[in-house]
Amino acid sequence: MTSITLDRIAHAYGGKPRSESDYQLKPFQHVWEQGLAYALLGPSGCGKTTLLNIISGLVIPSEGRLLFGDKDVTRLPTEQRNIAQVFQFPVIYDTMTVAENLAFPLKNRRLPKPVIEARVAEIAAMLDLTADLGRRARGLTADAKQKISLGRGLVRSDVSAVLFDEPLTVIDPALKWELRSKLKAVHRALDLLMIYVTHDQIEALTFADKVVVMNDGRAVQIGTPAELFYRPEHTFVGYFIGSPGMNFMPAAVKGDRARVAGFEFGLGQVYDNVPAGQPVQVGVRPEFVSVTSGPGLPAQVRRVADLGRKRLAYVSLGDHPLVVTIPREVEGLGEVVAISIDPANTHVYVADARVQGRAP
Amino acid sequence: MTFALDHIGFDIGGVRVIDDVCLTFEAASLNVLLGPTLAGKTTIMRLMAGLDQPSTGRLLLEGKDVTGTPVRKRSVAMVYQQFINYPSFTVYENIASPLRVAGVAKAEIDQRVREAARVLRLDNLLNRMPAELSGGQQQRTAIARALVKRAGLVLLDEPLANLDYKLREELREELPRIFSRTGAILMYATTEPSEALLLGGSTITLSEGRVTQFGPTSTVYRDPIDIDAARVFSDPPLNELQVARQDGAIRDRRGRSLDCVGMLSDRPDGAYRVTFRADAASIGPAATGALSFPGKVVVTEISGSESFIHVDVGVGTWVCLVSGVHDWAPGQTATVNIDPARILVFDASGRRVQANALREAAL
Amino acid sequence: MTEKPLNNRAWFFVLPVLGFVLFSSIIPVMTVVNYSVQDTMGANSFFWNGDQWFRDLLNPATTIGARFNDALFRTLAFSLACLAIEIPLGIALALCAPRKGWAVGISLVVIALPMLIPWNVVGTIWQIFTRADIGLFGATLVGTGLRYNVTQEPISAWMTIVVIDVWHWTPLVILLSYAGLRAIPDAYYQAARIDGASRWAVFSKIELPKLQKVLVIAVLLRFMQTFMIYTEPFVVTGGGPGSATTFLSIDLDKIALGQVDLGNAAAMSLVYYLITLTVCWIFFTVMTQLERRRDV
Repeated sequence: MTSITLDRIAHAYGGKPRSESDYQLKPFQHVWEQGLAYALLGPSGCGKTTLLNIISGLVIPSEGRLLFGDKDVTRLPTEQRNIAQVFQFPVIYDTMTVAENLAFPLKNRRLPKPVIEARVAEIAAMLDLTADLGRRARGLTADAKQKISLGRGLVRSDVSAVLFDEPLTVIDPALKWELRSKLKAVHRALDLLMIYVTHDQIEALTFADKVVVMNDGRAVQIGTPAELFYRPEHTFVGYFIGSPGMNFMPAAVKGDRARVAGFEFGLGQVYDNVPAGQPVQVGVRPEFVSVTSGPGLPAQVRRVADLGRKRLAYVSLGDHPLVVTIPREVEGLGEVVAISIDPANTHVYVADARVQGRAP
Repeated sequence: MTFALDHIGFDIGGVRVIDDVCLTFEAASLNVLLGPTLAGKTTIMRLMAGLDQPSTGRLLLEGKDVTGTPVRKRSVAMVYQQFINYPSFTVYENIASPLRVAGVAKAEIDQRVREAARVLRLDNLLNRMPAELSGGQQQRTAIARALVKRAGLVLLDEPLANLDYKLREELREELPRIFSRTGAILMYATTEPSEALLLGGSTITLSEGRVTQFGPTSTVYRDPIDIDAARVFSDPPLNELQVARQDGAIRDRRGRSLDCVGMLSDRPDGAYRVTFRADAASIGPAATGALSFPGKVVVTEISGSESFIHVDVGVGTWVCLVSGVHDWAPGQTATVNIDPARILVFDASGRRVQANALREAAL
Repeated sequence: MTEKPLNNRAWFFVLPVLGFVLFSSIIPVMTVVNYSVQDTMGANSFFWNGDQWFRDLLNPATTIGARFNDALFRTLAFSLACLAIEIPLGIALALCAPRKGWAVGISLVVIALPMLIPWNVVGTIWQIFTRADIGLFGATLVGTGLRYNVTQEPISAWMTIVVIDVWHWTPLVILLSYAGLRAIPDAYYQAARIDGASRWAVFSKIELPKLQKVLVIAVLLRFMQTFMIYTEPFVVTGGGPGSATTFLSIDLDKIALGQVDLGNAAAMSLVYYLITLTVCWIFFTVMTQLERRRDV
């Protein structure tokens, strides 16, 4: 059990990249720490699966080194890497029983029989597969098949990492909750490094200790779910995390005041360092802008969405669209409402990157 | 235009998969068909489109029986979960195809295709082939083809399920607006409660081939008439507790006496199910007025702004949704406090029961 | 409750097919049935013979019965020999075939080539190819000191017919298996690598189970075709030497056209037909059973 180091790993399919845009994965330096659960989150084509396949050895990176502990495994074939992987669609061995499926990775490595049996029983119990152990895997439902795939990924205790490639795609929403919390419990019990690829922010945030947000072949931000939510370092993170994502408004920022479409409001920090000549935006999450019965900025209501546990209003501030929260106590919105913005959770972005102000 | 399903039933191999469905849709309405996989969503849509013939019952268009009318003669458009386009046609020809079949004049085809393309932001892609498009663009093309047809009935069968989370969010925003202008009856099938809430309109909850409830989306959400409707419309899953009322006392399966007699004061003795959604519970010291259960934390999931805390209360594991970041360690003791105004109570057969006063408070 | 206006016009499209089947299958078969229960003295005079032809045929003590038995045994042996070679060989070659790149198209065309040659041409090619005096194959074998002679040696004749069939039809098994292998998602191979499976385990636990359906079809097709083999032995060996390669179809031909023994030939045809049909039915049942088991 070791940490995994990506040492300036980069990948361009089919040989020599001439420019930045030829890279599927741009040079990336990172250490995956043993025992943590990571998520690789991003839209399709962002390079997250390429990165996962580089770690598992299905893709050999065109640049850089991959270290498991101190050992360079960049060119080592998959089977010599001590890696387990679970795929998007269930992969089961049709002719084998559930128990044989789970035992397969251990049997191939010639572990003693009692060890295999004990481990299979343990994993089956964790995943509620005990009752099905004697059944043929072929006849089971898609959910159960994916559980077997998960089980095969978790059954080896000596792996450097377990990789998950969107493993809950075929699972029904209600079961997703169960499987995800199981995975999390298993992670705690087994103390493994897990890397989970997904485009679904709920899956990524709820599963991982640390989330790597990727876009266009680049890791945009690495952080805990709370960091990504409260302090997105890049506008892409603000947009991609949260549902709906962060509101961004072109603004003029001076000291601790921001001006948007002729309206002025306060910021939580003082910004003396905003460079000129670059686009400046103010970003605030819908959760931190709310309709208020007190004083606030005037906004036109375009649409109201009732999401059951919260209500959102789609409004315009001047001509900038904003999504804002409607608190429980506010009832019946007029055409124009007052909105208040929480300064502590409002950030300033210059050329899409967050700038740090100083305390007032 | 009104379109009605009148006691529609459908059998496959002698097994009843759709059972006695009665629904009436008005023109320019948005209807969400909500149910888990295999609940019968696609089957109902196929019956509505005329792709399958119902085993029993009638389809009524403006009160007129259209059950046997072939698909080609109906004003129906359908979009599937898989991105289905003609691979050898350009985006333009893909969108134009239903109009070409209908023999619409060339100039009008051009105008309608360009308008649909503009609405779905495909204007710059009209000369591309489907294989050169992203998943989102391919699905936009399929939706444009449904739009351009100006059908009276538009059926969208989990149209966003194969798209990325964020793309889903964007298209979901646009879809109701795009079709509301056409005056069509829009039917949208999904497995996700949050999608139904975001779309609004009306919701039909479907459970094992039966319609359990049909009404305005927020009403169905807040006031489910039976436990199946409540389960289908809960994500995270509905938290449930089986209780028995006997001699005025209410006890759970472990014999603990619960302080929720008020809810069942006018009900006879018997078995009941007390249920609540994740956001109706909070965690912390026992609160006054709330229904409190001591338990142990199983796992905590943090989604940035909110935390989902799974708590084992001895009679099952519940999921509680708490706003903000709370990292409760597994094994830690925690008390679940349920807001009594947001408890949903069902009898043994699954019908909703509730004292009227509480029911109103819950609304 | 409601009257469903079912559209019956679709039947019109099926009618021509029904008419065609009537003329192409049913009428000829009925003619054969007619012959099989009658005897003739020639000059178009027929008289009723009941099931006598069938009883003779199925009784090994009679001359015709013994002859039929031998031919049936030979045909089955031939079918099994061909299957035993072609199926494993086809799978093995399909496994070796390239999966991507420019080589795919070329190798598929090369593999398919023998299948595109008509039966009688195949026979003629091999007849010349195997001649001990001028044929490349035959002369080479004789040159190495082997006693190879298609018209004299029963073993040579048998081997030659089997080799012809293998050469002609293994490509079909290759193409079917190749398509079956291509349909296996990459994830299975990746998972197997990660699970540390050996090459043999990948074959036996993934590829073979996934090929099962395709292979049932391949076995069925190959069995039917080899069981009804005619042209190749007719052209290359003429059923000889002696009756070493006289398969059912050749024998039938000899009885019907050589001896103009219509009653025997008709009865033999029908029994031959029934055997083929039964085997077909067994295969079909097995296939659907497999399908059903998969669903449960």
